Amino acid sequence: MAEQNMIVINGNEFVFEPGETILEIAQRNNIDIPTLCHLKGATATGACRICVVEVEGARSLVASCAAPAAKNMVVRTGSANVIKARRMVLQLLLSSGNHNCAVCGSGGTNWTEFQLHVHQMDNSEELCPVWGDCRLQELAFRYQVTGEKFEATQTPYPIETANPFIVRDFSRCIQCGRCVQACNEIQVNQAIHFGYRGAATKIIAAGDRPYINSDCVFCGECLQVCPVGALVEKEGRYSVRPWENKKVRTTCSYCGVGCQLYLHVKDNTVVKISGVQDVAPNYGSLCVKGRFGYDFIHSPERLASPLIKENGKFREASWEEALDLVAKRFDEIKADHGPDSFGVLTSARVTNEENYIAQKFARAVLKTNNIDHCARL
Amino acid sequence: MTNSIADIESADVFLITGSNTTENHPVLSSTVKRAVTRRGAGLIVVDPRRIKITQYADKWLRQNLGTDVAWINGLMHVIIAENLYAKEYVERRTVGFDEIQKTVEKFTPDYVEQITGIPANELIEAARMYAAAERGCILYCMGITQHTTGTDNVKSLANLAMLCGNLGIEGGGVNPLRGQNNVQGACDMGGLPDVYSGYQKVIDPAAREKMETAWNVSDLPDKPGLKVTQMIPAAHDGNLKALYIIGENPLVSDPDLNHCEKSLKNLEFFVVQDIFLTETAQLADVVLPSACYAEKDGTFTNTERRVQRVRKAVEPPGQAWNDWKIICEIGTRMGYPMSYENSRQIGEEISQVTPSYAGIRYDRIEYDGIHWPCPTVEHPGTPILHREQFTSGKGVFHAIDFIEPAEAADEDYPMYLTTGRLLYQYHTGTMTMKSDGIMEIAPECFVEISPQDAAKYEVKDGALVTIASRRGSIVARIKISRKAVSGTIFIPFHYAQAAANRLTNSALDPISGIPEYKVCAVKLSKAA
Ligand code: SF4
Ligand code: FES
Repeated sequence: MAEQNMIVINGNEFVFEPGETILEIAQRNNIDIPTLCHLKGATATGACRICVVEVEGARSLVASCAAPAAKNMVVRTGSANVIKARRMVLQLLLSSGNHNCAVCGSGGTNWTEFQLHVHQMDNSEELCPVWGDCRLQELAFRYQVTGEKFEATQTPYPIETANPFIVRDFSRCIQCGRCVQACNEIQVNQAIHFGYRGAATKIIAAGDRPYINSDCVFCGECLQVCPVGALVEKEGRYSVRPWENKKVRTTCSYCGVGCQLYLHVKDNTVVKISGVQDVAPNYGSLCVKGRFGYDFIHSPERLASPLIKENGKFREASWEEALDLVAKRFDEIKADHGPDSFGVLTSARVTNEENYIAQKFARAVLKTNNIDHCARL
Repeated sequence: MTNSIADIESADVFLITGSNTTENHPVLSSTVKRAVTRRGAGLIVVDPRRIKITQYADKWLRQNLGTDVAWINGLMHVIIAENLYAKEYVERRTVGFDEIQKTVEKFTPDYVEQITGIPANELIEAARMYAAAERGCILYCMGITQHTTGTDNVKSLANLAMLCGNLGIEGGGVNPLRGQNNVQGACDMGGLPDVYSGYQKVIDPAAREKMETAWNVSDLPDKPGLKVTQMIPAAHDGNLKALYIIGENPLVSDPDLNHCEKSLKNLEFFVVQDIFLTETAQLADVVLPSACYAEKDGTFTNTERRVQRVRKAVEPPGQAWNDWKIICEIGTRMGYPMSYENSRQIGEEISQVTPSYAGIRYDRIEYDGIHWPCPTVEHPGTPILHREQFTSGKGVFHAIDFIEPAEAADEDYPMYLTTGRLLYQYHTGTMTMKSDGIMEIAPECFVEISPQDAAKYEVKDGALVTIASRRGSIVARIKISRKAVSGTIFIPFHYAQAAANRLTNSALDPISGIPEYKVCAVKLSKAA
């Protein structure tokens, strides 16, 4: 038998396939290593270094998301050195920009001043819009750190609200680069990149233009992968908090790809849509229609009552009345002109069950095969 | 689709034609773009417009409108002449090669260039590229089907795929992209004039008998019914008296709308069931309010034949009901009791009478959808069709000659018009036009025209122009774009206010009954 590839993680041996990273092996075996910049399906960049681990014999800590496993490697994922390094990464991230959640990202001690400053920039008195749904916040709690260890730094870039869908808040961006990868490697729309250098680094659309004047097609992949509050849906920003929502998984009702998505529901209202990660056919991706085109559900123009036309005008009617009328007229026409004087158009928009019932109705009740749908049109 | 969406990512070469993939199937287009940019797969696009996906392509061939059979035959001509076809596959799995060889003989690259405008050397290179692929994947959409020769076009693509051994393999196939979420399901469920669910033919006595027993009725009609494109004229002529439309808006989507409107007004009784008072619903005698997808349970079947769950998240507005419930209530009132507890119960009846859905159960598709055919509850589903052999035994080549489109540009109507969709809008816009954000970005109809044509007609970006065809005219704004090729304009069909389908030709493909939306002759003048 060929010798198997073995690696030791936290004292236990694991088999691996050549090319697998330390992170992948760990995840496969339910060993938790925190990540921030890592994006499944895209090239590892090793940008954030939150995923560092200790590898015996290596001179420094290794970013597990980018390091391929090697035979007989001995890895520790939670040693004192590792924890220290992760805390430092988090402290640095928290001290730069407007992380005004309860972990209090302000450098220095004057929380009130800091909060007033954020308030002014973002026009809201509340805590960060993704409070409770932020990877950075979650890790800060887990590693018990705040941003106070280092001096606070500010971002020079104002918030961008110039498009109808996505708010770009550079003050909350941690420059993990997931949005850049999502845009270039997952959706391949090639609309955003890293721009400028050093402290001025910013995620930009070509020519540092706002999304609305760029190649952006508003698929929202960037927004979905942003681990913090830098990219947030414009609708519901601040007004809808993650813990208030119920998520219902369903299938997109636009094109035939059939993307799997979550409807986020608050008070019987769809307030947000997100893609379902890790399942076919879309693996989390959506397009502008699927992600943002949901206003129609609660449009005031929705039909809410049966209508009967009288003297050229519609009036509201009860179900009883409307259904009785339809059945009576159908019966009469069937008696007078025969089954083939009917046509039924079912729909590519309704469910399989409803299409089945529609054709059953045409054939078994009306007794006609004059049934079709408009999808080829 | 013959193959699955995940599977196409493994293709070596893509041939995309008649599909504005990045705008109409955005998430699927990413699979292609990933394969191209990250794995170096080849991409050939054949399309009359310089659409976005051409930016990712190795080759963009620009054919004259309605000349698809010619270039496809041309590709086959080159592939056979240069001996690049899959001989062993053709021998083992197909019949009719000799005829096809004879038919494509005259489609030399030079002859094809005359018809299609595609330079001979470009065609030859594309042929070599597709033939060299171990896994060649063809993707197409309405740009192939919405022609009087739509059926011919599709068969020609199948010929090409078989010739190169690309049917029934991973990363290959001939894959139509369905434009609407549940077109596949509407067809699978028998929302067609000639078949019950699972494509069981109404002319087949055994199928009829089976359905009569299942439905507990007698005398099911045995002749295929009218297609939608025949119903409208039948209404016009007074032979069709009553129409019951569920969730469709033909008064924006049908060809030759002026005629369509007259026909619908001629009906004795007209019922529309929808979520909005659409242009079509306004003509109805009775309008029945239905629930939208977020308000109901059930299943949709996507373009790769994957049956997936739809789940209720919110309550419908006012008194709106599920479509199935409304239909059942009418049926029951007409003396045929139709009563179901919920959509799951209907789903169970579907699997009982539909062989390809026999193994589909809600609890099996809770997490991941299943591709039909799925004949038993143990069956894992069928992501790739025709793997071992074709459903009907051997794959048949259909020798097909080129036929001109129904309408050609002439002195009176010197330009060509082609129609289609935009990324931001969907079909007749009843849903997308309710979104402020979307309307901010794509608010109104436009006429996409090449810079050269704009100069020729002396029209500026944003100018209002009148576009007229033999059937009608509309007014819309000029949008000068490099996507357009001189001599051909493009108008999206979503907008009722300037409905492109007031212009389009209702000439039909004789088999599919699909109208020629993609080609008609028009003239352009500055709006008064
Ligand atoms: S999200 Fe976009 S690509 Fe996916 S099914 Fe919906 S419309 Fe199609
Ligand atoms: S997750 Fe590994 S470096 Fe960011």
